[in-house]
Amino acid sequence: MTFQRKHILGLEELSAEEITLILDTAESMKEVSARDVKKVPALRGVTVCNLFYEPSTRTRSSFEIAEKRLSADVLNFTLSHSSVSKGETLLDTARNLEAMGASVIVIRHPMSGSPWLLARELNSSIINAGDGSHEHPSQALLDLFTIREMKGKIKGLKVAIVGDILHSRVARSNIWGLVKLGAEVRVVGPPTLIPKYIEKPKVRAFYNLEEAIEGVDVVIMLRIQMERQESVYFPSLREYSRFYGLTREKLKNADKDVTVMHPGPINRGIELSSDIADDASSVILNQVSNGIAVRMAMFYLVASAGRSQ
Amino acid sequence: MSILIKGGRIIDPSQGIDGTGNVLIENGAIKSYPKTTKKYEQDIDVTVINAKGKVVSPGLVDIHVHLREPGFEHKETIRSGCESAAAGGFTTIVCMPNTNPVNDNASVTEYILLKARTEGIVNVFPIGAITKGEMGETLAQIGEMYEAGCVGVSDDGMPVMNAKVMRHAMEYVQAFDIPVISHAEDKNLSGAGVMNEGEVSTQLGLVGIPCASEDVMVSRDITVAELTGARLHICHVSTAGSVRLIRAAKKRGVKVTAEVTPHHFILTDEAVNEYDTNAKMNPPLRGKKDREAVIEGLKDGTLDAIATDHAPHSEDEKKVEFDIAPFGIVGLETALPLSLKLVQDGALTLNQMISKLTDAPSDILNLGKGTLKVGSAADVVIFDPEKEFTVDRNKFHSKSKNSPYHGWKLKGVVNYTIVNGKIVYTG
Repeated sequence: MTFQRKHILGLEELSAEEITLILDTAESMKEVSARDVKKVPALRGVTVCNLFYEPSTRTRSSFEIAEKRLSADVLNFTLSHSSVSKGETLLDTARNLEAMGASVIVIRHPMSGSPWLLARELNSSIINAGDGSHEHPSQALLDLFTIREMKGKIKGLKVAIVGDILHSRVARSNIWGLVKLGAEVRVVGPPTLIPKYIEKPKVRAFYNLEEAIEGVDVVIMLRIQMERQESVYFPSLREYSRFYGLTREKLKNADKDVTVMHPGPINRGIELSSDIADDASSVILNQVSNGIAVRMAMFYLVASAGRSQ
Repeated sequence: MSILIKGGRIIDPSQGIDGTGNVLIENGAIKSYPKTTKKYEQDIDVTVINAKGKVVSPGLVDIHVHLREPGFEHKETIRSGCESAAAGGFTTIVCMPNTNPVNDNASVTEYILLKARTEGIVNVFPIGAITKGEMGETLAQIGEMYEAGCVGVSDDGMPVMNAKVMRHAMEYVQAFDIPVISHAEDKNLSGAGVMNEGEVSTQLGLVGIPCASEDVMVSRDITVAELTGARLHICHVSTAGSVRLIRAAKKRGVKVTAEVTPHHFILTDEAVNEYDTNAKMNPPLRGKKDREAVIEGLKDGTLDAIATDHAPHSEDEKKVEFDIAPFGIVGLETALPLSLKLVQDGALTLNQMISKLTDAPSDILNLGKGTLKVGSAADVVIFDPEKEFTVDRNKFHSKSKNSPYHGWKLKGVVNYTIVNGKIVYTG
């Protein structure tokens, strides 16, 4: 199959075939990253703008390296959302970037759906680098890539996603991707952070961590937002950690070859006990380098779809 | 000057009339229903409208409109809002107090009425605020606003969260025999919500407003109405729970009435997909079961009236991230054809539907409108219920174009709108 999309906005709209194509393309991109000269000319002459309305050094750097390895000209535009809400609108800012020649815009924004607004109103290709609580497609794709690499497949795996599902775009994108590729998903966290409507075929909700990770092949730990403890979602970080922090003891319930993943940055001793964090670190670092390959694949496919049209 | 409306299907639920006939308008009032028309047709002073194949009914009455003036004239003015109303077949509109300044004292009421008299082409009745500045703390100048012409009080959009303040408002209005109109919403439960809480909000990652935030408040307001004996009117009912609560309250004899908007009986939260800000309103579009329940409520009389909650916003204000787009859509120019869908789908008879847009809303606020009784002001709409058209927001008379129905094919075209015996719109 060939990739036909101008934008990559989320995993909800991608088919299993399209997701697999991105993962397969990322395999070749990983090979590029292993070379001495880590550069191919796929995006030569293309200006890519990273438009970030949230501070995110990791994701932005990963995108930037991916862009540079494909020989794109890179423009970084980081704005704090609070100043923006009083000044220029998102659309006006993006139109300015387009006028500067950006034909691909990578957007990270605290409000769900913002990339859709750009896709509707602009001519550029839009890549969603995380929108509100909605989707984070590149993170989910790199998680899928890492799982496939570790386990050799995705179909039939049991995957638990642990933590603040309600506010997590990583969880939402991963659920779409995993279910489409035939895995079984369990989401687990305190009932205040598990949306009532999250369950669907192949997605089950749990409030008990031990129960949820019984026999699972993969555990994806979500980062708990420190500021949530100020609200009424759970009484304290200490209590959260006691019930939903992953420890060696609790992990015994999982499959003996279980893989523990985390999108980073880790809150040590809260989501993961320190020893598990150390054990899991190889996978977590592998996720980071796979992230570059997956993002290269996303750009490569969107650019070639653009050329063939 | 006289107008003869000839040969139309006259439907006036206020008198139980449904039949072919003629209506004669003289000196701004309904003069008679003449059996023969020749005499008038030969009179050069009589304007003759041939209404054959058309429906002739009392001009429509909308008891929930935001005219935005004073303060937000870039969205709508009293003049443009009235023109929009006339184009939609409405001859009487009732405007909400959330202007800037808020209509919480008689001088703002007088300003609105003066503007309406000099620039408006339909009848305008204002609603005053319940509390000063719609802040929910102390009572607004309810008595003076009543004297100046307000027909009810409401803190629409800013529900009175303090039950004791609501209690005193419900007690106080009884001195003037006007209802308290409640935008029923528990703001704490709604939180930062921007759409209905459900499967769609979960997928879209948008913060949801649960149905419970409406139900809880409808329940509180009904309880306080029972305590005080006040007349309570519930705005824009959107949930199955509210319909159930209102139905039970009516059965017990509580003095409660209720309205529903066309968007709540036509659309569901599926319309928010792709983050269309023209599907963002408050109360939000709900699920399929709620939509069915409000239609059932219209059928069995639990919901007395249809009102648009016409809420104009400029294009720039709506073309932003979903979270920060304002709530609301325009409704005056699509309400009639959308309501006719209820008739086409067999949910209501044409007579019932017309009643929900004429005498029923008028009765809620004692406006004395929505009737073709001999001697009453000649407010009439003539429309073709079968004629199909495509909604084109660029042709709206409203200043704002924020409608989710752009491009829809609907049936029901307004041919004439007549206010106080004057033709104010010709379609």
